[in-house]
Order: sequence, then structure tokens, then C-alpha cells
Amino acid sequence: MASSATVSSSAFINKVQKDVGLSTFSTQPSFSIQNPKKTVSRKIVSVMAPQQFERKPATTGSVKTAMTMTEKILARASEKPQLSPGENVWVNVDVLMTHDVCGPGSFAIFKTEFGQNAKVWDREKIVVIPDHYIFTADERANRNVDILRDYCIEQNIKYFYDIKDLGDFKVLLGTDSHTCTTGALGQFATGIGLTDAGFVLGTGKLLLKVPPTLRFVMDGEMPNYLLAKDLILQIIGEISMSGATYKAMEFVGTTVESLTMEERMTLCNMVIEAGGKNGVVPADSTTYKYLEDKTSVPYEAVYSDEQARFVSEYRFDVSKLEPLVAKPHSPDNRALARECKDVKIDRVYIGSCIGGKTEDFLAAAKVFLASGKKVKVPTFLVPATQKVWMDVYSLPVPGSGGKTCSQIFEEAGCDTPASPTCGACMGGPRDTYARLNEPQASYYTILYWNTVCVSTTNRNFPGRMGHKEGQIYLASPYTAAASALTGFVTDPREFLQ
Amino acid sequence: MATSSSLHTHLPNPSFLSPPKHPSLSHPSIIKLTNPQISHSKPLISSPLPLSSPLPLTLRRSTTTASASTTATSFHGLCYVVGDNIDTDQIIPAEYLTLVPSNPDEYKKLGSYALIGLPSSYLIRFMDPNQFKSKYSIVIAGDNFGCGSSREHAPVALGAAGVAAVVAESYARIFFRNSVATGEVYPLESEVRICEECKTGDVVTIELGENKLINHTTGKEYKMKPIGDAGPVIEAGGIFAYARKAGMIPSQAA
Repeated sequence: MASSATVSSSAFINKVQKDVGLSTFSTQPSFSIQNPKKTVSRKIVSVMAPQQFERKPATTGSVKTAMTMTEKILARASEKPQLSPGENVWVNVDVLMTHDVCGPGSFAIFKTEFGQNAKVWDREKIVVIPDHYIFTADERANRNVDILRDYCIEQNIKYFYDIKDLGDFKVLLGTDSHTCTTGALGQFATGIGLTDAGFVLGTGKLLLKVPPTLRFVMDGEMPNYLLAKDLILQIIGEISMSGATYKAMEFVGTTVESLTMEERMTLCNMVIEAGGKNGVVPADSTTYKYLEDKTSVPYEAVYSDEQARFVSEYRFDVSKLEPLVAKPHSPDNRALARECKDVKIDRVYIGSCIGGKTEDFLAAAKVFLASGKKVKVPTFLVPATQKVWMDVYSLPVPGSGGKTCSQIFEEAGCDTPASPTCGACMGGPRDTYARLNEPQASYYTILYWNTVCVSTTNRNFPGRMGHKEGQIYLASPYTAAASALTGFVTDPREFLQ
Repeated sequence: MATSSSLHTHLPNPSFLSPPKHPSLSHPSIIKLTNPQISHSKPLISSPLPLSSPLPLTLRRSTTTASASTTATSFHGLCYVVGDNIDTDQIIPAEYLTLVPSNPDEYKKLGSYALIGLPSSYLIRFMDPNQFKSKYSIVIAGDNFGCGSSREHAPVALGAAGVAAVVAESYARIFFRNSVATGEVYPLESEVRICEECKTGDVVTIELGENKLINHTTGKEYKMKPIGDAGPVIEAGGIFAYARKAGMIPSQAA
């Protein structure tokens, strides 16, 4: 499956298997500090300063057991001083996100279980975003958005359509497996099902198991032809698509520190493709700057203790990596982009929560600009959000003399950027823009049954983008744009150096 | 790993079972405990469920399975065998997610599309055309079953199609959780790769209490890992039904 043999990168990956098996988790030192204050006498016995002993962290009461970021966040949310991996705890949920696919079901379960007149636990902690199937004539899809709208009006949901106030280092649950994306802000975020969401709607709580943490240390200067997508494809290729099942993935190192917030989101987005429960990047000045104009809620960042226990640690020298793809039909089917240069493609798709952010379009535009050529296959562009869509039409691309992404895309012969949606990343109703359909499905389909697509999305399972036989190569926006220009899977260094 | 114990072991006293002290719990619609003391004296989950009250039939739960004779502890029927990494797009493709499971008609329809996303290399299809129930009541799988999206429609579609249990080598986290939360299917784990030793159409029996799977066609027996405290939750019909029975939330809402 994972074609690691073909990837020359294994030479510079240094997996440090710390000797912490499961047994270690259960044998945590028990510093029982019953009552640290009880022996303080009020009598003055000396005018001298008392002798200063070396204060061990455990004696201060402030640090008991070393914990990872994820453990700390869950400890706070469950109002416990400390937690260990494997513990099941009830956590207070700070934000519940749902959308048009799972929202109607979640609200229906909430109503059934808590009563027709029940009110949600906190109307300001629920974020509802219709985004999956919104530009379609499909009746049921439109009905679901209507249902969602009615619920939001009835429950006076504050953040309907609006996700601006996210991110304050807490616990965010969502009825979408890619909820883990927002761990980039240093918070705990994971996907849940709609029955669990119905429970949270009523109670604001959920029983969660504390995951052990895998740590990924990425150091070295990032070459100008790589993007965070290459890093996460590298990692998933390394640990496989179940390598992080039930675990937290923490991303650190000088490379990660140099990444923008959107690139950190790319890293955390595909945690689920490795089976991970959540992904986190420690908050730093980049995080604070990003949140500056987005939230007024006070927050306090937490970090992994130096002595925190990680199941294993992986080290990467990013300066030696090359552009990657994940071949059909699995996100861990890693290969170098240049090894696939003979794979002829039929289309390119740039979009989705992982690959349709502003910086993803800027990256694609950079490649088109550098080449000055036209695309050789249909190239579909679907911004992830309204804000991205506006950026595509308004932000000047660096080095272009003031041109916007949309102008560069037009000159390169791409399809006009579509309205923002999850789009064809997950197939969706048959009339979804850019969906991989069967040839006879509609007259404008330009696809064969074995359509090959290079896509900046996150999944390439059979049928993910529509037709089961569709071949999806997951890649960075650089690689996707380079491939559009040649009609073959192409290493972006052909245009960027 | 120990997926089976993931949901409900060592249940700490949930703070919302105590008399209201948290400001967010003061809302009248929030679950109210009529008798907060009862749940403190004994472990919530391992306590036997009161058998006097019949299972509340939720809309999401099919009443009977067509081809499986199920009792509380054993399932018997034909098995359908799949491989590793069967993701939720293969279990229920995204185009059918407009079906809302709580609507009885749409629940039924979800069943008709169960496992329709499997590649055409699966020559024997799980669902016959125009059927709402599958003749296979037990799915046998390899590693990482149910990976991919968080769609609860995946265990629901299997449950609606009449699947009583999946026996896989391991599960993706959200699928496992959703199976328990909805009570739609038992996500059981095998100790060996039985997906390589069983064939679609084999007659199998699962003895839940004994953690045993018997393949009558081949005459072989296999051990399964215990489902643990998640078992009673599935048996009750999901977390809400269970929470009511265990006294975590009032038995009659609305």
C-alpha cells in the first residue's frame, strides 16, 4: 500500500521510538498533594529569610504530571488537574459546528431526545454552516438547508453562516471529520457523528477518550517548491492511513513555526486521513496575529510540557523533501510527483477545506504566472469560503504587477472560479460543479469512466469525487497547477526554478 | 487498540449528574435529574439495565432484521466479506447523504444504498437491486473499517440494510463511536484476519457473550475481542436510550 520503497525520503526520517509503551500510561507518578497549605504556621520564628530549598515542580502544586497540549486542553475542559491517555472523561464543549449534511439529523435527534420545546445548551456556542450541497438543484439537499435555517431561527443560533469567532484554545467538536483542521489554532478539535452532536446540542458535554500523542518534529528551511500539503502527505505515507488511529498528532519544529496559519490548517486537516483524533500546532505569534481581528474572547494558550509523554516521535528534515502526490485510491499511497510524470490526466481540481484557501489559489497563480502558459486540461477552481472567493477576485498576486488570481487564472485558460462550496471534493448530488460523473450523465461531461484528476483535496478513496472508477491524485496547489499546464502529473520545479 | 473500551469504561461521575451548579445547566430544558443520588452509588455503565421497560423504538433503529435471527447475545446469518480500509464513501457515497436518518422512509432508503460504493471488483454486490434489506446480516472486514468522513449515515445505512454486526480487525475512531452512539450495529473486533478466511455467503454465528465467531461453512471458530461496556449501549439502542435506562437523563422528554 504505502509505496515507501519508491520514496527516497525514508533515509532522512528519523523515527524516535521513545520507550513508552501503554504500560507507562498507567504508571504515572501519583503526586498526591492533599493539602499543601496545612502546616503553615502564623507564628514568626525568625527574622531571617527562610532557607530556599530547590523547589521541585511537583511540590509547588502547579505542575503535577507532565502533559501534552492535547491532554492539557482536555483536562481543563473536564475540570480535572491532570489526565492520561486512555481515560474517558466528560468534557465541556466550547463550540459545536454542524453543516447541511449532518445538521438536520443532529437537530432532529436533539428534538426527539430533549423534547420539542427544548432549547440548545448555548445559542452562542453553536456554529452552523451550510456548505456541502448548496449550489445544486437537488430537492432534498435544498430542503435540508431550509430545515437547518428554520432550526437556527427557532433556536436563535448566533453563528449561522458565520465562522468568524472560532479559535480560543478550547474544545471544538463538529459533525465533519475535517473539524480537526482548526487544531492549527492550538485547540482541541475533532469530528463526531450526528447522534453525539444531538447530545451536545442539549447538554454541552460529551464523553471523550484522552488520546495519546504522536509528535512530528519538522525542521529545516522549506524549499520554495513545497507546501504544507507535501509535508502531510509525507507523514501519512510514513505512518499509513491508520497510523494515528485514536491518537493526537502534534506538529512542532522550526519548519512548522515558519508556516502561515493557513498552511498549519493544511497540516491539521489531513490528520483524519491518518486516522487521527485531532491535530495540534502550538500557538505562537503567528496564531495571535491571525486571531487578532477574529475574536475578542480572551484565551490562554497551553503547551506540551517538556517531560510530556509521546507515543513516538518522528523527525523530518524538510529541506530534503520533494513534491509528493498520493496515488489512487488511498491518501497514504505516497509517491514523488516526478515519479508519476507519465500519468496522463484529464482534469485538475483546486478547492475544498484543505486546498481551496486563499493561499492555495495564490500558490496556483504563482505557478501559472511563472510559466506564462495555458492549461492543457480543464482546471476547476472552487474557493472554500466567501472570503476566499473575494480574495481570488481582489488580492494582487505578488510579482504579477497587480494582477489578481482570477485574472491570472483567466489568462491561463482555467474555468471561472465557482461560488464557494465543498463542491466536488466529496462528489455530492449529480449536478455538483466539477463532479466526476459517468459520460452519459449529462451532456457537458467531458469525462471518461476512468477520469484521472489531480486534486488539492484530501481524499482519493474510490468514488470520493463522484464516479467510483475515477482516479484521484492528491497534491499540493503547486503540483496541481503544474500538472494542469502539462496534462500530466508534474513536479512544480519544472516551473518554479 | 482498545477500541472496545473507548466509550464507556471508567465513567467518572459526570458533573451534570450532580445538582445544578454549572451556570449553563440552569436552563430548564437541560436534562434534569429527578433522582441524582441513584447514579452515584454504583458505576453507571456496568449496572444492569432495568428490563421491565421495553426498548423505546427510536426512528433510527430498524425493528427486525430480515435475514438474521438475532437474540440479545447471538447473531446468525450470511456474511459479506470486504478488505482493508473500507472508507465511508464506499459504505454510503456522499450523494446519498441528503437522506436524513431520522425520517423513517429515508432511513429505509439509506439501507438500499449500503456498501454501494464498493468498487466493481466486488462482483457479488451487498445489495440486490431494488431491495431495502440485504441478505447478508454480518459484515466481515479487515483493518481500519469505516475510515474517512464522520457521516453517521455509514453505520445507519448498514443497520437499515439489516446488518447486526460488523467484525473487523480494527475500526476508524468515528465509525466505531457512531456505531455505539446510534446502536445501529455492533462494531466487533476479531483477533485474527478472518476476512482472509471467510467468503461472502458463508453461514456464520456470532456468540456475543462468548466473544466467538463460528463459520459453519468452513467449520472454523474464531475469537473476538470483548465489546466491553459499549455492548450495553448498543443493546439499548444507542446513547440516548441507554442514558434514559441508566437514569442519566429523564425517561420522558417533552
